[in-house]
Amino acid sequence: MKARKFFPILLLLLVLIVVQQLTRLTGTAYYLTQMTMTAYYALLVIGLCLVMGYAGQISLGHAGFFAIGGYTSAVLTTFDLTPLLDKGNSAIGFLTTNGLLAERQSLYGESLLSVNPWLACVAALLLTIIIAFCIGIPVLKLKGHYLAMATLGFGIIIYRVALATEIFGGADGISAVPGFPLLPGIVVSGDFSNRVQNYYIACCLLLLGFLLLQNLIDSRVGRALRAIHGSEEAANAMGVNTARYKLYTFVVSAVFAALAGIFLTHYNGGIGPSEAGIMKSVRYVAIVAIGGMANLWGALTMAAVLNFLSLRGMFGSYDDAVFGVILIIIMLFAPQGLLRRQVWQFFKKSGSDN
Amino acid sequence: MTSQLFLQYLFAGITYGIIYAIVAIGFNIIYNTTGIINFAQGEFVMLGGMIAISLHAILPLPLAIGLAVISTMLIGALIEILFIRWLRSPSVLRMIIITIGLSILIREAALHIWGENVRSLPYFNGNEISSIQLLGANISPQVLWVIGICSIMVMLLSLFFKFTSLGQEMRACAANRLAATLCGISTKNMVTFSFMLSAGIGALAGCVVSPITYTQYDSGTALAIKGFTVAVLGGLGNSLAAVLAGILLGVIESFSISVVPLAFQDAISIGILLIILFVRPHGLFGSREAAGLKEF
Repeated sequence: MKARKFFPILLLLLVLIVVQQLTRLTGTAYYLTQMTMTAYYALLVIGLCLVMGYAGQISLGHAGFFAIGGYTSAVLTTFDLTPLLDKGNSAIGFLTTNGLLAERQSLYGESLLSVNPWLACVAALLLTIIIAFCIGIPVLKLKGHYLAMATLGFGIIIYRVALATEIFGGADGISAVPGFPLLPGIVVSGDFSNRVQNYYIACCLLLLGFLLLQNLIDSRVGRALRAIHGSEEAANAMGVNTARYKLYTFVVSAVFAALAGIFLTHYNGGIGPSEAGIMKSVRYVAIVAIGGMANLWGALTMAAVLNFLSLRGMFGSYDDAVFGVILIIIMLFAPQGLLRRQVWQFFKKSGSDN
Repeated sequence: MTSQLFLQYLFAGITYGIIYAIVAIGFNIIYNTTGIINFAQGEFVMLGGMIAISLHAILPLPLAIGLAVISTMLIGALIEILFIRWLRSPSVLRMIIITIGLSILIREAALHIWGENVRSLPYFNGNEISSIQLLGANISPQVLWVIGICSIMVMLLSLFFKFTSLGQEMRACAANRLAATLCGISTKNMVTFSFMLSAGIGALAGCVVSPITYTQYDSGTALAIKGFTVAVLGGLGNSLAAVLAGILLGVIESFSISVVPLAFQDAISIGILLIILFVRPHGLFGSREAAGLKEF
């Protein structure tokens, strides 16, 4: 049983390695940049898949969590603390002596002192968890239209705050975010020399997240979630604490989104308010929908394909329109998604008949 | 704050509030007959303004506005026939996603037809700088147009629902769909009518407000959110309460400018929406018992 579960993951890892080798052989290593970004977006999408597909709760504000993660990390790692240290701020002094601050050079060769990326990452995740709890407790009591509007409203508030606050760089966002040294020699950054390395970092993070979610879904929690999706009242009657399960899945998926935001921000070296926009949230929902809602593999595949095509600019100026069309067509004709099991079984059957 | 400034803010608030109320009434009309929230409602307002602006290049203003309203109504009907009519008892989640998809499509189509430029209709009377003295406050004549036309629209709508046969059939549909069908009312046609009606009033509101707020391809989204806030504030489905709630939200918004930066204005109305959803989901004027029976 265990081996059967890990087999597809290993296969996926193999595919990812083959893809990297192919790009090396064909001299198209520049594809790796988009693939790395795609992997981070996919991390968010599989997290959203848990909330939408398994717990059956729509969230139109996941770009907000992505932005919370990304912006927090970006602000902490770029904000220069040297003036505060010079004033003799004891808290900053404490952080410095404990090695929690990182020194680096600015473009003009001045030395800057800002928070260590690891500390920033932890802070960003903590902040996300707190916000997800605060938002999740009241929001998840709502259903249907109200839930959709409330999460949409949350997303817009984050977008507005990012756009209007000076410390978040306004419409320009934050740039010159330093790399994130995971281990000595392994840095999440957009340098060309680190491209292959970063591709594997992103893939590993994605696979790790995927494995985690898969185990969660196959556990007691997963069964409870599916019961909630089927009928919340029935699940409640059977003794499933629906409110708590919904809240925890919401927080888990928010953490996935924030992680994606943190890593992508360090990889891109910056983040802008468009990452928090409504269209981003809608796009993630579209990808989960086309992947088949309660289907992690479907979400993963579709996130990989659609995000990659979009990042390569294949949809041109019709980028948003493509996702709108996808949403409508999928919901009209195949509300169970394209990659649902029945479709495969249908093909299998017609194949064996011949 | 001087009394003159107070009045100035008050009139600005009422003007915006009435527009929100019209969008909210559009939500309510469709919600009452179908039980779904049409997330593309704000796009009807944008379309009305945009089509009128384009038509005004060749036609006189009243004719351009009339044609814009009629064509938006047709678009509304077309959308219902193409995307919603033939679905058999779709789930709420499915309808939400479809209407969101529609709003994206309309917005993107508008972007490709009219571009990113901010446009506006000319002022119905006078121009940007003409103003009328009212109780010591200076207001643009367009504000009176907005308030007048929207008030007449609300009155006509309530008369329509009360006294015409079509309006009564739509109300029957809202009260009990099955019973309405048994009485020989074509519920499907009523749904189409409700889309036409809400597209029409949205488009008219988009035309009268265009000189003041301008029209851009993406101006519908913010309006839709605020219209929804107002609809919930008044109690979903209750159009007269929506007018009161709309004016309330508009006034709160306009006075909030004196306290917080303009950029956070949207955040304030959405914050109000969230609070209302959490604390009083049946609205300020709705009853808890009635809301318990509805499906959101």
